[in-house]
Amino acid sequence: MTTTEAAPEIRSSIFSPEHEVLRASARAFIERELAPHADEWEEAGDFPDWVFERAGAQGFLGLSYPEEYGGQGGDYLSSLVLKEEMARCGSGSVGMALAVQSDMATPPILKYGTEEQKQRYLVPAIKGTRIACLAITEPEAGSDVANVQTTAVRDGSEWVINGRKIFITNGCRAHFCTLVARTDRGSIDDAVGPEGVKASSINPRKPSGYQGFSLFLVDTDTPGWQVAKRLKKLGMHASDTAEIVIEDCRVPANALLGEEGKGFYQIMWELQGERLAGAAGSVSGAQLMFDRALEYAKERHAFGKPIGANQAISHRLAEMATEIEAARQLVYDAAWRLTKGEYPVKEISMAKLYGGLVACRVANHAMQVFGGASYLMDVPIQRAWRDARLIRIGGGADEIMREIIAKTSGL
Amino acid sequence: MNITVCIKQVPDPNQPYKLSGTRLDREAVQPVLDPGDEFGVEAGLKLAEAHGGEVTVLSMGPAKAMEAMRRALSMGAHKGILVSDEALAGADAQATAQVLAAAIKRNPFDLVIAGTESADGSTGAVPAMIAELLGVPQATFAKQLEVKEGTLTIHRQTQEGYDVVECALPAVLTVTSGVNEPRYPTFKGIMQAKNKPVEQLSAADLGLSVAASQQVAAVNPAPARGQGEIFEDDGTGAARIADFLKNAKVI
Repeated sequence: MTTTEAAPEIRSSIFSPEHEVLRASARAFIERELAPHADEWEEAGDFPDWVFERAGAQGFLGLSYPEEYGGQGGDYLSSLVLKEEMARCGSGSVGMALAVQSDMATPPILKYGTEEQKQRYLVPAIKGTRIACLAITEPEAGSDVANVQTTAVRDGSEWVINGRKIFITNGCRAHFCTLVARTDRGSIDDAVGPEGVKASSINPRKPSGYQGFSLFLVDTDTPGWQVAKRLKKLGMHASDTAEIVIEDCRVPANALLGEEGKGFYQIMWELQGERLAGAAGSVSGAQLMFDRALEYAKERHAFGKPIGANQAISHRLAEMATEIEAARQLVYDAAWRLTKGEYPVKEISMAKLYGGLVACRVANHAMQVFGGASYLMDVPIQRAWRDARLIRIGGGADEIMREIIAKTSGL
Repeated sequence: MNITVCIKQVPDPNQPYKLSGTRLDREAVQPVLDPGDEFGVEAGLKLAEAHGGEVTVLSMGPAKAMEAMRRALSMGAHKGILVSDEALAGADAQATAQVLAAAIKRNPFDLVIAGTESADGSTGAVPAMIAELLGVPQATFAKQLEVKEGTLTIHRQTQEGYDVVECALPAVLTVTSGVNEPRYPTFKGIMQAKNKPVEQLSAADLGLSVAASQQVAAVNPAPARGQGEIFEDDGTGAARIADFLKNAKVI
């Protein structure tokens, strides 16, 4: 038995003792209930649906949702704690799949959904009995989100959706999808935002020309909805990633989520929190890689001494530790601002950019410390190395982060 | 059903222990809720969920034991009683049982649940003594349990298998690890635990003046394992190993 619910040691002044008790509880759950399966799931390229249900029962899918919908009633920091601990699962896939459910596909339902939509989609999503995906990206609309081509056309009491979505996490298994489609019928209007910033950096508090997109809640068993392909990836093997083809998919009028034409603002607002959560997860993952590399550097002997006794290794480890700490403080500062009610787009972008860069650097260095062993598929470091690379591309690529930082700095 | 679950804060059993004289140095190692008690709390919560009623967690220990109590409350227990008194430091099993029984008796109860033994003292005697002091039956080493119409039925773990034991409520029950899967506290549970009532009592509040009737005279570590026997293989190695195992009655 390994229960150690220690009196909480508070790791940063942004957290309360209760956040730290949550951290201990989440860590125990993740290390005991999820981590032992990580290898098997990554090997199989999938993980079972019960993970959603167990995570839901544990409150992980609704940490910052109100209790009336089955949530835990916590703040943003409580969900940040979970993202940090989820790195201990050993499979980035699981954390990503759960985060898509709790932090990407469902926040707009809470904020903009009708009571009926909340009962039908949000409540079971928080419980983990219905799996959600979020479909924004298309073959021709990645970072350039405003180029979304999927259309929803009103036909009597229904909407008819046509289009193609790609890189959809949970897309193969999802029961429902939060979908972005054009509803303006016209050509692409004003693909560049008010500050000259492209799609993913839009600050929805300011007026802009990003009209014409709407959000829909689509049941994936609706005729015309088709998973065209399960995409193979470099990492995150246990997570399913779909290409979805939507052909004359007819949904009722009440499938519209929020206001017609406001979909872009509704979804972009929420993605900031998710972006920061992603950064928190990568920094935490980097810390775990570092911890492993440090241990190994002390244990592994070469030429009669531990390899960590060589300055080439020890100085590199010192630099890794410093960078990880710096990245973590960027995350915590942005999280603190977000919790205070600010909308720190610039700080979040910095945290994600730097967190991703550091995670990949640490992964590279850790590979070097582990030497030949790191290149073996049954040694966890190579998986962490593969998984880490995604953060610099997904959820707003490094280049988009730099663009936002530049624009918000007045360039 | 009114259920009282006895819990104890112990030095983390996964860490190496330190002694201060003949007592554990409780400052030296991180204190935690005894892992065995989590099964008791879970059993209590499951019964309360199925039959209604409240789960009270009861502990005797220093003020710091409040952390273990909050842990049990964050799992879902409704309220707590912490008996904390300098005079009780160093209490033995009998004194502990007297205190816990006195605290239990203050309110009507249907079931008292405990682990089979604490991870630190490991006397395994307290629950039986509580049953005696309360004048109720005890059902021990349950690896499975059920309450139906005022009767408790358990599968009592034995070396060969299990016995089916029945008794009428009220009763004392001890549960083995493996009787259930203790839940992990949720954030909601953690936040709610902050505001759940915990009554703090002294020995005098219970009308007790108890003293340990036995003292631990010495604590000795188990003898270190002796060095194994080494056979140089001169062609008869396998036969000698077989003889060795036969002598040890392994084969």
